[in-house]
Amino acid sequence: MSLDAATVRRIAKLARLHVAEAELPRLADELSGILGWIEQLNEVDTSNVPPLAGTMQMALRLRDDVITDDITGGGRADEILANAPGRAGNFFTVPKVVE
Amino acid sequence: MTDLTDLTLADARARLRAREISATELTEAHLSAIAAHNPRLNAYITLTADLARAQASAADAALAAGNAGPLTGIPLGIKDLFCTKGVRTTAGSRILADFVPPYESTVTANLLRDGAVFLGKTNLDEFAMGSSNMTSAFGPVENPWLRRGSNAALVPGGSSGGSVAAVAARLAMGATATDTGGSIRQPAAFCGLAGIKPTYGRCSRFGIIAFASSLDQAGPVARTVQDCAILLRSMAGFDPKDSTSADQTVPDFEAALGRGVRGLRIGVPTEYRVPGTNPEITAIWEKGLAWLLAEGADIIDVSLPHTKYGLATYYIIAPAEASSNLARYDGVRFGLRDAEPNDDLIGLYEHTRARGFGSEVQRRILIGTYVLSAGYYDAYYLKAQKLRALIARDFTNAFAQVDALLTPTAPTAAFAMGEKMDDPIAMYLNDVFTVPASIAGVPAMSIPAALNQDGLPLGLQVIGNSFDEETVFAVAAALERAAGFAARPGQ
Repeated sequence: MSLDAATVRRIAKLARLHVAEAELPRLADELSGILGWIEQLNEVDTSNVPPLAGTMQMALRLRDDVITDDITGGGRADEILANAPGRAGNFFTVPKVVE
Repeated sequence: MTDLTDLTLADARARLRAREISATELTEAHLSAIAAHNPRLNAYITLTADLARAQASAADAALAAGNAGPLTGIPLGIKDLFCTKGVRTTAGSRILADFVPPYESTVTANLLRDGAVFLGKTNLDEFAMGSSNMTSAFGPVENPWLRRGSNAALVPGGSSGGSVAAVAARLAMGATATDTGGSIRQPAAFCGLAGIKPTYGRCSRFGIIAFASSLDQAGPVARTVQDCAILLRSMAGFDPKDSTSADQTVPDFEAALGRGVRGLRIGVPTEYRVPGTNPEITAIWEKGLAWLLAEGADIIDVSLPHTKYGLATYYIIAPAEASSNLARYDGVRFGLRDAEPNDDLIGLYEHTRARGFGSEVQRRILIGTYVLSAGYYDAYYLKAQKLRALIARDFTNAFAQVDALLTPTAPTAAFAMGEKMDDPIAMYLNDVFTVPASIAGVPAMSIPAALNQDGLPLGLQVIGNSFDEETVFAVAAALERAAGFAARPGQ
């Protein structure tokens, strides 16, 4: 699989990574190299193999729907906002998105 | 009296309890060693000297009162991927350069509960993505070992490069590390240390900055197998805050060390005999098998037929999960914001992420985004999940015949800084022997076995069945006794 610059531009957009136009050919080469190497997996017939997402052979647990004593428990706005790069009162700030 | 920083963790524990040494002097000895050697090694990103002194003082009070915990007064390094409350946690990335977590990871909370002293946060490849520690935004870590007759700086391996360099150079008695495809075992091998990646689910992932969640697992690195057993017992345990945490009792791993290997069936995976393997790696592997045979183990050839597809499978699954996990770094809620003045919201995301992440992290985000994107998901991601099932089944079949597997840890000894940097695939090949156990979620440990011709350590890997770390420790301890590895860097 060989990626062209347009495909890399599209992936970068999906990944929300700014890539300069001049960088696209180099990245396309690098990513094509890695994807080409990965294609060895096509040697293996997996038509009857069920996919495995993880190795824990168990059902996910449920817990009681109550406030726990961790950070999601509420009342900790200052802690949650302490690392925010932009803050106004108890809110995160972003560039204006609605005119 | 020997230098306090030379004690094993187990010796220090005994001497602290006997009140022959104090936690304060043990901590001060390590802080002095850090001041002397960290400028060259760059093993620590952040030092927490004041915190360490306060913890040591509390440890001395506990020791005086006779209520010491399993790790009271033991100075440790903490990989800078574990969130530590009130202490900057960077993941080796510019995007988290000023991040101060408001909470403590479960693993470090367990260590604090047991009385450990934290010296600081150790360096790592950015977001634990790398095999050389060259991708850290805080600069590379230098391996304390040098090739005989050479001053060329070597890599400590990665991603837990700061943790292993610190422990090998006596800048900590042990350290926490994490392993997604080999990030505990390969650096342990490169620095002449013991390190274990336990079974997936054994240690809680809560508060460990995520790379690839279905593979990430915490474990210790230390200078002896016993020291790893002591640390893992404290680190491990069920945690309701991690949905994949295993609700299993944590055994006393130390008690397994003296079991010996008589009657154990040790498997040799034939597919690990890759053509072109470095002869000194093959030689130490043969020697390891001979040691176990002499101790009464049965050596049995086994087949793990899908081994050769491990790396390619890993380099779909890990970047896919990484691209999803790293979507949270958006320049809004925490971490770096580095945008142009007139950027809209999308521009803010794109510039922040392009400037905050290094090139290897961006490469993996792009690969991961591609393999998960519409039209390619089945061809890449689903295919890799199917290969993962086959690789896991290989191990299940092998462990129906044997109790543990013995393999080399890495295909080479430590390499020089700058080598393998031009070709991502050459760097990825470092993990060829470690990745399959990660994919299958089974426990695996590296122990130092010998020095190569250049005077650099080589590691052997013991792989066990799920939740059977005790057998891994028993085999590793037998190998450690037989190897008698006593070399240390800088001699």
